[in-house]
Amino acid sequence: MPASSVTVDETPRIRSFLALGDDALILGHRTSEWTGHAPTLEEELALANIALDLIGQARALYQATGYPEDDLAYLRDPHQFRNALINELPNGDFAFTVARLLLVATASDLFWRGAVRDPDPDMAAIAAKAEKETAYHVRHAAEWLIRLGDGTLESHRRAQEAVDALWPYTGELTKVVDRQAWMRAIAPVLSRATLSQPLDRWMQSGGRTGRHTEHLGHLLAEMQVLPRRYPGAVW
Amino acid sequence: MVDDAILLARARAAVAAVEDPEIPVLTIEDLGILRDIRLAGAVVEVTITPTYSGCPAMAVITWEIEGALARAGFTEFRVRSVLSPAWTTDWLSAEGRRKLLDYGIAPPARAAGRRGLFTTERLACPRCGSEDTELLSEFGSTACKSLHRCLACREPFDAFKCH
Repeated sequence: MPASSVTVDETPRIRSFLALGDDALILGHRTSEWTGHAPTLEEELALANIALDLIGQARALYQATGYPEDDLAYLRDPHQFRNALINELPNGDFAFTVARLLLVATASDLFWRGAVRDPDPDMAAIAAKAEKETAYHVRHAAEWLIRLGDGTLESHRRAQEAVDALWPYTGELTKVVDRQAWMRAIAPVLSRATLSQPLDRWMQSGGRTGRHTEHLGHLLAEMQVLPRRYPGAVW
Repeated sequence: MVDDAILLARARAAVAAVEDPEIPVLTIEDLGILRDIRLAGAVVEVTITPTYSGCPAMAVITWEIEGALARAGFTEFRVRSVLSPAWTTDWLSAEGRRKLLDYGIAPPARAAGRRGLFTTERLACPRCGSEDTELLSEFGSTACKSLHRCLACREPFDAFKCH
């Protein structure tokens, strides 16, 4: 008998933990899809480590809601997920993956650095760990984007296409952090990468209220199939 | 109450000897992830803290603590993981640093802190001692390590990241 979905009573506190937890889980899952496919062994390790950091952050954030973490990850439907849309987009090529990581991790970095002083003790404790991990993610993504943007004609073209395609999805990232501060952090990386910064025009939104792209359903189907089909399954 | 003190000492000895599954030369006490052991009635309560949010060793460490307590004759125990205050590499014991080096892993180069995150100074090769080394990747075989190469003896080596 397949497991049915859980319902979550989303108080403002729970909703803020869910939004951050879902961001981390979904981007962690996407990043983990590179395992076995990364261009070099060192990059394989790096992406697996980053995915692990994100999934660990997601677990801590879910635990702080008081709901069982596995129920939140495996037994919610797409419309119950609160992640920003940018995290659920398919990985695309390597340029798209590192460009997204830079855009997202730079926002996370700003957020966690502020959240270490959050009045909620759970949030502050998670932030104290996440801010160090995220600093590594930003740096790794920035180094790669610079190498790709300032690389060959082909890598430059792909990096620029990735930044252009991702830009309309960055509006959701700067709802909880200041967009000007985020842009000030992104701009020098784009400049060193010889990439042009897209203009802020119409922005995609909907992830925080559960209106997702079709990609999230496919991601969740793969991630949730086992615990949904075999409730309580253990190793 | 003397009995409790003896019991607690026995529990502490059993738990403190549990090895890190990924760096088996270090005990969880050397690593600084063993936060507290206390008795609550007949229950041994152990508090540990993760190095990184996603450290996959935490589940194994929990099982091993439970196993060590069971072997030491305890029947009731609870292992709890807390995040705060956040673990830092400053909690590695001096003994832990020495064991790391003997094992071929360069210990953290300096005190933790945001500015200490990225190692910029050249680490000494744990094998030949040369400081002619380079960073290969900030992400190593586990979340807590980076990957380096010695240009003198040509051997790659792991280093414990400042964190």
